[in-house]
Amino acid sequence: MSDFKIEYRETENVNVLELKGYLDAHTAPKLEDALQSLLDKERYKIVVNCKHLSYISSAGLGVFMAFIEDVRNNAGDIKLTNMSPKVYNVFDLLGFPLLYEIFKDESEAINKFFEKKR
Amino acid sequence: MKTQSIKIESRTERLIAVREFVSAAAREFGFSDEEVSKIALAVDEACTNIIKHAYKFDTTKNITITIKPGKGAFEISIIDTGNKFKPTEIQSPDMKEYLKHYRQGGLGVYLMKRLMDKVEYDIEPGKQNEVRMVKYLHR
Repeated sequence: MSDFKIEYRETENVNVLELKGYLDAHTAPKLEDALQSLLDKERYKIVVNCKHLSYISSAGLGVFMAFIEDVRNNAGDIKLTNMSPKVYNVFDLLGFPLLYEIFKDESEAINKFFEKKR
Repeated sequence: MKTQSIKIESRTERLIAVREFVSAAAREFGFSDEEVSKIALAVDEACTNIIKHAYKFDTTKNITITIKPGKGAFEISIIDTGNKFKPTEIQSPDMKEYLKHYRQGGLGVYLMKRLMDKVEYDIEPGKQNEVRMVKYLHR
């Protein structure tokens, strides 16, 4: 049974992971694998779209913590977008909005990668 | 509302069933959707810590979750028979791994405290460990 899915797409050299379903200790390894495979290909500009993410626990949040340093050390970033208020609340309780850029919309996050270049 | 109990094997696959069990009871007790989500998350975090740290993914072990509805207070007891999880005892020669595990465990414990009104531990090493969490119904 799969309660969590990740869709991958590439837009203007930015790697978008769209999360669907429930991200908990059981499904977190899937996200870990997806991020690891991007890093293995030296792809460091990452947007995680949470539009269809129904649930997140600290196991899911821990995955972002595990990768952010490597990604930023390689001039990249993990930007988060389209969170429901319920999912945002969990990020907020842990002070994650200070550590991660969170956007309402995927395109805003993608544009931000190019703003920095100018 | 009566006391209700569920016993699950120590597997992360079972977290969904735990969340559904707790959510249904919390909703019946009268909590709002937002509060129901918070309670379910707190219980998920407690069970995740037990599966990972107390039982170290030993799937032959069990976790018992009991809901004791009181007057305006929704109490959840979570019992395991594993080793007590001590974040400070988790060590690894790989600092990145260490940080990852420490933070994950730490995040869960911190979240439980933020999400619930009361979190208490009753530890009897080698026998049984109990986490008791309470959320008050504010009308």
